[in-house]
Amino acid sequence: MRLKRNTKEFIIKSILLFCALSSLVFLGGIIIVLFTQGVPIFGQIGFAKFLFGTGWYPTHEFPEFGILSMIYGSFIITFGALIFAAPLGILTALYIAELAPFWLKETLKPIIELLAGIPSVVYGLFGALLVAPFVQRLFGLPVGLTAFSAAIVLGIMILPTVTSIVEDALSSIPNEYREASLAIGATKWETMTRITLPAAASGISTALILSIGRAIGETMAILMVAGGSPRIDFSLFKPVRAMTSTIAAEMAETVMGSIHYHALFGVAIVLFIMTLAFNLIAERISYRFHKRFTATR
Amino acid sequence: MNTTYEETCGLPEIKSNLSRRRLVQKIGITILVLSLIISVFLLFIIILFVAIRGAGVLSWEFISAMPRKAMTQGGILPAILGTFYLSLGAVVFALPLGILAAIYLNEYAADNILLRVIRMGINNLAGVPSIVFGLFGLAVFVKFFGFGVSILSGSLTLAIMILPVIISTTLESLRALPDSFREASYGIGASKWQTIKGIILPTALPGILTGTILGIGRAAGETAPILFTAATFFSRKLPSSIMHQVQALPYHIYALMTEGTHLKAQVPIAYGTALVLLMLVLGLDLIAIVIRIRSRKKKLW
Repeated sequence: MRLKRNTKEFIIKSILLFCALSSLVFLGGIIIVLFTQGVPIFGQIGFAKFLFGTGWYPTHEFPEFGILSMIYGSFIITFGALIFAAPLGILTALYIAELAPFWLKETLKPIIELLAGIPSVVYGLFGALLVAPFVQRLFGLPVGLTAFSAAIVLGIMILPTVTSIVEDALSSIPNEYREASLAIGATKWETMTRITLPAAASGISTALILSIGRAIGETMAILMVAGGSPRIDFSLFKPVRAMTSTIAAEMAETVMGSIHYHALFGVAIVLFIMTLAFNLIAERISYRFHKRFTATR
Repeated sequence: MNTTYEETCGLPEIKSNLSRRRLVQKIGITILVLSLIISVFLLFIIILFVAIRGAGVLSWEFISAMPRKAMTQGGILPAILGTFYLSLGAVVFALPLGILAAIYLNEYAADNILLRVIRMGINNLAGVPSIVFGLFGLAVFVKFFGFGVSILSGSLTLAIMILPVIISTTLESLRALPDSFREASYGIGASKWQTIKGIILPTALPGILTGTILGIGRAAGETAPILFTAATFFSRKLPSSIMHQVQALPYHIYALMTEGTHLKAQVPIAYGTALVLLMLVLGLDLIAIVIRIRSRKKKLW
């Protein structure tokens, strides 16, 4: 009887462990698939030429596969979005965490969480039909589908994420910090800007790095709003093309096993490594942040 | 030697300094309030935009009929059904896996390197770009397993994507249960699994439900993972097998904007579809949030 029960427990434990390992298996599977399908392109045209080549003409008679213009596109949109969303998100979070009365805080937090769930294709529609025509008219541009429009749309899109993670970071600062500052005569504003905000600095950087990772990986909104020309113009007001939108737009037309197919998986490898790197950095910083504040408490 | 006590202490200076500091505070707080207003405005303008432009299209026919006249008239029933099947399929695959994984992590795993590696795997899986899931699904489910572009391939791809959501919300609700619950159960002689089955899971149910609904909402709204694994712009009939391609709401919006022959006439349909999708996703998320708030209020420990 006793033995039977132990065996049963052991079997259950093994099944559960197997399930727990599934995420790792899937992550490993993704890495294996990307590399087996993508590495041939490095062999065929060379790693440096792929990464730093500026011409992307996959269907030409003499095709070129250089993705530098897409890396540029992804980054200019991401940083444009961040320049706009980071200050707004941090200030909004500061208000919610430090000043808002209880009822307002309890109302705003779920609303922001809710807004983070709006599908990206809806942002794409909003960007293509409202933001882009507006930007075009405002600056007198030939086309409204530009890096600038995409950055604005993406900025609005990551705003709820930035705000809620920064708010979490600010809320996890122990109240003793604020009380000590107020007790020696600092005003509320001084306490916020010189005590709470610096103390939450690493939590805030986690929020920003996570948002960069998410913005680089965003597909549909950028595909519909950025215009999609694979060129490096060093201007916010020109159409650009991101890594994600290239894969989304071209994969359906490729033949499996063709050089174009492998090239798109190659783009995905670069994209995956970048987002993974941002996630790992964010995780590292946030781990230290939480360790510090659980220790002081 | 006629200086007063106040002057020697520099009190007037402190006073004027204080009024300056109060002014700075006032300006600062005004800026914060303004940012809050701008943020809320920016986020609501999207909902408002879709609601206003889409409301005119919305009708019973729109959600219950097949498309007509090359996607310029009629309804979006196939897309609604397609999204329903895809999200349902995703949850069927991801829910058992996610709940069991969370149980292991919270109830069984020792705080060692394995646990940290698994946690890292979950966090990083959550951060993988959605288009990469699409490529994975294309290479593995569509081509390698030969499921083709189908509801099955799309559901499996979406399931992997929402797995971290389900694991982390379940984990959160398991973690909130006090150890005294477990100890009381062991105290009357229950085994570990009996404790989990009889005590832990029923008490954590609202949290698990929240995670499930959030997962469905996420799966329903995603476009990139189903681009090459499940979605089609036009299907003549409603899907009758999991091996069929389907229309889906998010993909339909994208396709109406980029494909087809009457782009101008398709735009109103795109607005209507976006409104339906938005109501669906926000409705689901709202339900999840309400469940969480109510279960928190009811909590007695």
